[in-house]
Amino acid sequence: MTDTTAHTDHHDQPRGLARWIFTTNHKEIGTLYLIFSLTMFIVGGAMAMIIRAELFSPGLQLVNPEFFNQMTTMHALIMIFGAVMPAFVGLANWMVPLMIGAPDMALPRMNNWSFWILPFAFLMLLSTLFMPSGAPASGWTLYPPLSLQGGNSFAFVIFAIHLMGISSIMGAINIIATILNMRAPNMTLLRMPLFVWTWLITAFLLIAVMPVLAGAVTMLLTDRFFDTSFFNAAGGGDPVMYQHIFWFFGHPEVYIMILPAFGIISEIIPTFSRKRLFGYTSMVYATASIAFLSFIVWAHHMFTVGMPLGASLFFMYATMIIAVPTGIKIFNWVSTMWRGSMSFETPMLFAIAFVILFTIGGLSGVMLAIVPADFQYHDTYFVVAHFHYVLVTGAIFAIMAAAYYWLPKWTGYMYDERLGKIHFWLSTISVNVLFFPQHYLGLAGMPRRIPDYSVQFAEFNMISSLGGFVFGLSQLLFVWIVIKCARGGEKATARVWEGSRGLEWTVPSPAPLHTFDEPPLVDDSVTAHKDELT
Amino acid sequence: MKRTNELIVGLAMAAVITVITLGVFAVGDNMTPGVTPFSRDVYQLHMIVLGIVTVIGILVFAAMFTSIYLHRKSRGAEAAKFTHSARAEVIWTVIPILILVAMAIPATRVLIDMEDTSGAEMNIKVTGYQWLWRYEYLDHGIDFYSALDRRSNAARQIGSGISPREVENYLLEVDNRMVVPINTRIKLNLTSDDVIHSWWVPDLGWKRDAIPGTVNEAWTLIEEPGIYRGQCAELCGKDHGFMPIVVEAVTPEQFRAWVASRTDDQAAVAAVEPVTEWDRERLMSHGREIYDAQCAACHQPDGSGMLPAFPALAGSAVVNGALSDHIDIVINGRVGTAMAAFGNRLEAHDIAATITYTRNAFGNQTGDLIQPIEIERLLGRDLDSGVAGPVTGAGRK
Repeated sequence: MTDTTAHTDHHDQPRGLARWIFTTNHKEIGTLYLIFSLTMFIVGGAMAMIIRAELFSPGLQLVNPEFFNQMTTMHALIMIFGAVMPAFVGLANWMVPLMIGAPDMALPRMNNWSFWILPFAFLMLLSTLFMPSGAPASGWTLYPPLSLQGGNSFAFVIFAIHLMGISSIMGAINIIATILNMRAPNMTLLRMPLFVWTWLITAFLLIAVMPVLAGAVTMLLTDRFFDTSFFNAAGGGDPVMYQHIFWFFGHPEVYIMILPAFGIISEIIPTFSRKRLFGYTSMVYATASIAFLSFIVWAHHMFTVGMPLGASLFFMYATMIIAVPTGIKIFNWVSTMWRGSMSFETPMLFAIAFVILFTIGGLSGVMLAIVPADFQYHDTYFVVAHFHYVLVTGAIFAIMAAAYYWLPKWTGYMYDERLGKIHFWLSTISVNVLFFPQHYLGLAGMPRRIPDYSVQFAEFNMISSLGGFVFGLSQLLFVWIVIKCARGGEKATARVWEGSRGLEWTVPSPAPLHTFDEPPLVDDSVTAHKDELT
Repeated sequence: MKRTNELIVGLAMAAVITVITLGVFAVGDNMTPGVTPFSRDVYQLHMIVLGIVTVIGILVFAAMFTSIYLHRKSRGAEAAKFTHSARAEVIWTVIPILILVAMAIPATRVLIDMEDTSGAEMNIKVTGYQWLWRYEYLDHGIDFYSALDRRSNAARQIGSGISPREVENYLLEVDNRMVVPINTRIKLNLTSDDVIHSWWVPDLGWKRDAIPGTVNEAWTLIEEPGIYRGQCAELCGKDHGFMPIVVEAVTPEQFRAWVASRTDDQAAVAAVEPVTEWDRERLMSHGREIYDAQCAACHQPDGSGMLPAFPALAGSAVVNGALSDHIDIVINGRVGTAMAAFGNRLEAHDIAATITYTRNAFGNQTGDLIQPIEIERLLGRDLDSGVAGPVTGAGRK
């Protein structure tokens, strides 16, 4: 138990920094990932504040266009690879072994390495801001030929992306190995919590597509520095080929950032509805279908590049089909709530906001799938609104929900419920003020990635910026809530929530450093989900 | 009793959410129906799909809020035990598929119409550059560049002191508009000379990427005279936000008059340029004009540049150094930077004048005068000179 108490207060470790550098414990590594992710969330958020400050009114006031482009590019790279993905990996590290009754991850040393690559990768990426040729400014998609106009700092960007990819692949291998080999007896695949299921599928997506990204950026590297012409039309290459390769990675990447969120929501809603998840089996199959479809819809990001008619039609139909399994998930969540006995603690509030706002993002996604209409929507603020609804009120709200849901298990203390609710309402109202008007801006004709705009767009941009500032500041409250909870508060019970089910709630709070040294007994009375169909 | 309650609350929730949704739609902007048959089709598709997804959203949210209102612990609700319903799951798989098919049919029809670029009565080649457009009227021999107008360009500089609200059509006005006749089926051939751009005028109903090494085809038929404004829609570097598109649709008679005046202008220029010797004053004044339009966005009107990406020309080693190196960079560009190859973009006299101007302005005092005929030779248009080979080959790195 001495280890346990020490764990909750890691700022005063007797063994100091070395403990964190050399740790192979899944809980400590999970904590490292989560702290890293929160740090990057603040850094990427600060960049978003610069963007919204410049867009507060027409005319250029604060930054020059080149720096503005660096901000939009870095904001995306940091939020995607630095905030959202490491947060999910951190949650997987902490929760997957606890949820399947395993003592640790299958490959603990690799686990240490996959984390410790990340700080160096992001230091290198951020250091380009201070290099003579500046940070990348061609958008996170790095489309050539524009990205090839960057200076020598481009090599650092590509190396940083390679490191992030290596980290992700190792993390994914570890998660698959853990889930497939280390489940407690009787924890059959179709008894696993949905968070575990969604992560298993996500991990396969990661292994499939991160090498594709690595290949794409390596070709950029050789085009830029070694005179190849993969994407250079004058040398017989094709800039559009890059887009096909990039989005073959990029679309599954979108689902890498949302499938674990589906898993989190599928854990939280049953707990606070005091009712088992509706349609567990169909949830699993829907997740797998979405993952499969993610490989055959990539070109819907590039309907305006001038594809043959047949290709446009194929990608339109395939994209529309995704609405079916996604719809199943949403209907299942609502059915789980239906005739439950709900209470509305902060995790549940974020989960409900997720279902509503992610649905809005999904419905605008159906609109974007319609190719002729996409000729108008593409590369406008309508798209910016769409993917921020999916990624901020989708992925990030799910991560917030997960943090509130499991913080008592991690720290042994309840977070401050009153502050949590204030954080929820501030975030939810401001995020809609921030992103909803961007639908209007896009429909009215405002392109994305511009530092200045015509005065007809002034009002909605000002509203959006005001929402952005409030949303940004609200997240500082979240940081304080987490710190406060780590320091102390009301003692958490092992079960924490009245309606919680699953193996993670059978261990004490805070979870001791080593759990499930002996495999637990698993039957339907302890598992989170039970579907009569299985 | 329970079911009746749920039904009543559900209807009330649906009514409230519908009112909120209509309010949200009413305060916002919507897509323009535009002025072409295609843009109207797109607008209709947009409205149909928006309507369908709105109804779906209202139904889902009404069910959810009904549950949140009725099935809460604080009202003493007891949790039911059901965990699946095969019938419900089949229904909410099949119905969405039918809705999607219903949306796909009109979408397919409109797309097939858009992709058919045959039967063009007029052809315009549109080329994107960092950061301006070039329009070549293939049937009329008209060829010109179109860049952000001077007033917007002055106002958009940091610390310009000019309020964007005082500039008419801020950032949506150009020096030379693309003039086209109404009721004419026009084919646009889009390409780019440097990076990927995207040509977008919302009133025409589409955008299409302009990609180096590729010619993309699209068509339009504008039905109402008017001025239609748009912007580049694909990130193309620092001035991506500052390369607007303005289409002026006029009657066929007005268009013929415009063609005549344009053709006269171009003929007048072409008649005198290549052979004459230009004096210093003419080189400097023409050079300044071209510099302000083509170079000042990066190197700045006073030649101070924008470090780190865009070097200063004032006191620059290249501009004050060997003439041949300077000419080489202007003609061939510099790989790995935004410095374009102006050799295939500007006329010889434009290049000569601009180089003369930069070597004798911003405090540079080389005293060099470069004649159009010298550049003409280097560009290889005068094949006998034999100078073109080494210059185009050298110094591309």
